[in-house]
Amino acid sequence: MACVNPDGKPTESGAKMLRSLKSGGKLPENVAEDTGLPLFRVRSGLRELAGNGFVLQKGDKYEISPKGIELLGKV
Amino acid sequence: MEVVKYEIRLPRIGDPAPSFEADTTQGKIKLEDFKGSWLILFSHPADFTPVCTTEFIAFSEINDALKKRGVELLGLSIDSVQSHIAWIRNVEEKMKVKIPFPIIADLNKEVAMKYGMIHEGQSKTATVRCVFIIDPNQIVRAIIYYPLTTGRNMAEILRLIDALQTSDKHGVATPANWKPGEKVIVPPPNTTEMAEERLKQGYECKDWYFCMKKL
Repeated sequence: MACVNPDGKPTESGAKMLRSLKSGGKLPENVAEDTGLPLFRVRSGLRELAGNGFVLQKGDKYEISPKGIELLGKV
Repeated sequence: MEVVKYEIRLPRIGDPAPSFEADTTQGKIKLEDFKGSWLILFSHPADFTPVCTTEFIAFSEINDALKKRGVELLGLSIDSVQSHIAWIRNVEEKMKVKIPFPIIADLNKEVAMKYGMIHEGQSKTATVRCVFIIDPNQIVRAIIYYPLTTGRNMAEILRLIDALQTSDKHGVATPANWKPGEKVIVPPPNTTEMAEERLKQGYECKDWYFCMKKL
């Protein structure tokens, strides 16, 4: 996974995206703006994080899930 | 038993870019992830080869200029993610150049086949040097093929991006060897009335069909 290391801790880019979502549901464009990551990386990363339950997709926006908050706590 | 042959239609200029989802050095990426940006999808024959190494350094050197134009880079070869990682780490260590863009590990050749990147007269196992320029609506806007022996020209790739973006923005065409700042070509008229009217519009016209203007 690009957002979570094998040791169960988020990667730098994964943590950036999760941190950005802590302030509320956001569009990938907003997350890209917050993190400085390219939009394609954010779209791909959020899809992966959503697939693993770390974020929740609600319409076009993404929110951090309780599992995502737990993951962020491992940094 | 009848053998059914499936014809793969290779993308041409003006076609929607074939969609894909692929493993890359920056995670699993879909073509759709680049929607809204220009994309240069390019293939190279193999990791750890000298011409490809010079090209990767050259692509990295124009990456900032491309970003300013809203263009992302995406490389591809029929190598594994681990091979790509080892190679770009080697380039960083030996050549002091960081490769900032993702590279598709197309081990099953799925993306390469969709985009016609394998030319069997050159190699059955390696992709030739293709460049697909894909616009923000994911339409193929330009295609360049180079043989295995010849490294690509980054100035031409930048010039091509500038020309496409200028054409889109101003509804014009660009002449041979055009560079940003130079005169552009006003599209030919479609009616005799338009042909007559354009001669009064202050363009620099060689004749009714061949008018240029400054932007």
